[in-house]
Amino acid sequence: MTESRLTVLKTHKLFIKGAFPRGESGRTHPLHDKDGGVLAQLCTASRKDLREAVEAAKAAQPSWAAATPYLRGQIVYRLAEMIEGRADELAAALRETTGASAKNARAEVDAAIDRTICFAGWADKMGSVLGNQNSVAAPYWNFTAPESVGVLGIIAPEEAPLLGFVSIWLPALCAGNAVIVLASESLPLPALLMAESMPSSDVPAGVFNLLTGFRDELLKPFASHREIDGVVAAVNNAQATVLREQGADNFKRVRILDDRHDWSSATCDGPDAFGGVVEYKTTWHPQSSE
Amino acid sequence: MSTATPSPKAAKWDYAPAPESFRPEINADHGLYIDGKFVPAKSGRTMNVINPATEEHLTRVAEAGKSDVDKAYKAARKALRGWSRMKAGERGKLLFRVARKLQERAREFSVLETLNNGKPIKESRDADIPESAKHFFYHAGWCDKLRYAVAGGHEPGPVGVCGQIIPWNFPLMMAAWKLAPALACGNTCVLKPAETTPLTALRLAELFRDCDFPPGVVNIVTGGPEAGKAIAQHEGFDKIAFTGSTEVGRGIVKGCAGRPVRLTMELGGKGAQLIFADAAIDQAVESAVLGIFYNQGQVCCAGSRLLVEESIADIFQAKLLHRMASLRMGDPMDKNTDIGAINSAAQLKRIAGYVKIARNEGAVVHECGVGEIPKKGFWCKPTALGGVQPAHVVAREEIFGPVVCLMTFRTVDEAVARANDTPFGLSAGIWTEKSAKMFDVARRLRAGVVWCNGFNLFDAASPFGGMKESGFGREGGRQGLLEYLAH
Repeated sequence: MTESRLTVLKTHKLFIKGAFPRGESGRTHPLHDKDGGVLAQLCTASRKDLREAVEAAKAAQPSWAAATPYLRGQIVYRLAEMIEGRADELAAALRETTGASAKNARAEVDAAIDRTICFAGWADKMGSVLGNQNSVAAPYWNFTAPESVGVLGIIAPEEAPLLGFVSIWLPALCAGNAVIVLASESLPLPALLMAESMPSSDVPAGVFNLLTGFRDELLKPFASHREIDGVVAAVNNAQATVLREQGADNFKRVRILDDRHDWSSATCDGPDAFGGVVEYKTTWHPQSSE
Repeated sequence: MSTATPSPKAAKWDYAPAPESFRPEINADHGLYIDGKFVPAKSGRTMNVINPATEEHLTRVAEAGKSDVDKAYKAARKALRGWSRMKAGERGKLLFRVARKLQERAREFSVLETLNNGKPIKESRDADIPESAKHFFYHAGWCDKLRYAVAGGHEPGPVGVCGQIIPWNFPLMMAAWKLAPALACGNTCVLKPAETTPLTALRLAELFRDCDFPPGVVNIVTGGPEAGKAIAQHEGFDKIAFTGSTEVGRGIVKGCAGRPVRLTMELGGKGAQLIFADAAIDQAVESAVLGIFYNQGQVCCAGSRLLVEESIADIFQAKLLHRMASLRMGDPMDKNTDIGAINSAAQLKRIAGYVKIARNEGAVVHECGVGEIPKKGFWCKPTALGGVQPAHVVAREEIFGPVVCLMTFRTVDEAVARANDTPFGLSAGIWTEKSAKMFDVARRLRAGVVWCNGFNLFDAASPFGGMKESGFGREGGRQGLLEYLAH
């Protein structure tokens, strides 16, 4: 028997403002594999970490929204190029943590990459599909165009830890929002690997932030934070009520996706995905040579 | 009848030459790209391709005849079923590949475009090639979203096999404008580049091949009028998309009159730029210069009629001529060059003929620009025609060269009437700081594209096309897609 080499155990860190900090609280919790063994340690995000992430998102959002949709699309396409290169690693992460078969794990990775490509294409088309000119009965040129909401909190689905994860924040990102995503509590590994691809895909620091931790602990802070403009969440009814109730203070846009949402459905590729992540602005402009 | 040159002798521009040094390899011979392979023309005939700035021989390309075109259409027909039924997202990924490859090889394509077309390298580098890549990127993203492009929410299908004929002024960009939306919607194509400028389209064919496009989806046949005729008169197409002169376009429309085929026509123009007295005048001058001298004025939407409000006409003309005097003319491969070569001897002759007509009709001809005119090649100085009347030939017909007519107006109504007083209706520009007036005038202009406080702006996401005798159909944006969808 040959002497085996000791593997290096990794502690997965948070992703805030383009960097990978440990949690402010110093707490960690274990990442389990499908059989309950410990794969690695995870940083446990606190309320303070969320606040840091919001601050970063708020600072980064205006220039992200001001970037041309074409540029945002190219950056998201670049992200797809990066994760295509890590497809094997992502599939392995799915197999290890969810127990998915090799075939199913690979299929989920492929679907996640294709969805990323799909939204790369949406960035410069959502205005043409979601916006319109309005024929008002007065000499005005009147048009309605979608724009970003601002800083969005995203509660990723507990299941479908890769496809559901990317599907829930891609529309927000393409529309020019900055996001703070809470990864699946029990299956965060694919999300953490994705976060590692962010800096190399030219997504500006602060536009995408990822937290790992306990949903029960962080749900309320997400809902009540005044600088978070909206929440998209794959949660159960009780959690949805918390988000709506606490979010009412600053009239958060709260979009609830069923926690049994079918992430492989084609509707996830369509314009409905922009619900809750865009505002509509109508501009009246006079037409007169008087 | 006189020739005036603007005064400022002080404007001496000493730049060191800044030549682009990269030279792509060009094969001695190019075949037709049919069914995924480069093949010689059946007749064995070839055409010489030259650099219009030096008249140097660049390469030979195959000259397609009727039977070659027939072969290309058959290949496109055979490929249609597989291509249109391919999973939309996968079709998109193939087009994304093309966009990325074009971006990666942008320098090579830019140099090739300038060598073959004569346009300044700064234009091919900063506009033609990146815009072409953008067209593929933009349309790649539509493939899996076509149902959202049409009203009604059903899944639209392709039109079928498309014959596409493009001009020589923006060789690669026109190929991209034609191919990208057609392919995104699941159509297959037979594209004919212009006789004088086939090189970037042929290199694009290599790129399609290298990106693993199924054979027959894109076919590129080079040739002259015979090949063009064969494409437009064949029995095997479902659609013709044509960009070129109004005269040739009219012939195609007549030829297709009895057939259930779709048509897109992007034809000539006589674009007006309206400069109101309240305009930001220096910016308006800059825009006027860009609007007519960009690409040596060989642009269908060029702002070839400058309509200036009478109260500022003198100062505007003085500023315009002053600016024109600093336009650098010469080697298109020099990064400082503003005005390159005219694409062909025939086009130069045509432009010179119009300048002669202008003189005979009593216009004041101002020929400007700096730089030694090279001994070889086809060159035309940037030219402004003063004292032009609306009835003059040069105010009515498309010159397609660096020649602008200066005219005046007194009221908004007169400005609109004069701008619309042409059979064309492609583009128009408005310069005013009063935005309510701007949108009122924009509403009243009969042109498919109206630029406010700017000119010659293009985007893959923005529909482009004409009204009246400038043709019909749009290219770019959601409306451009509709031209390639059966819905």
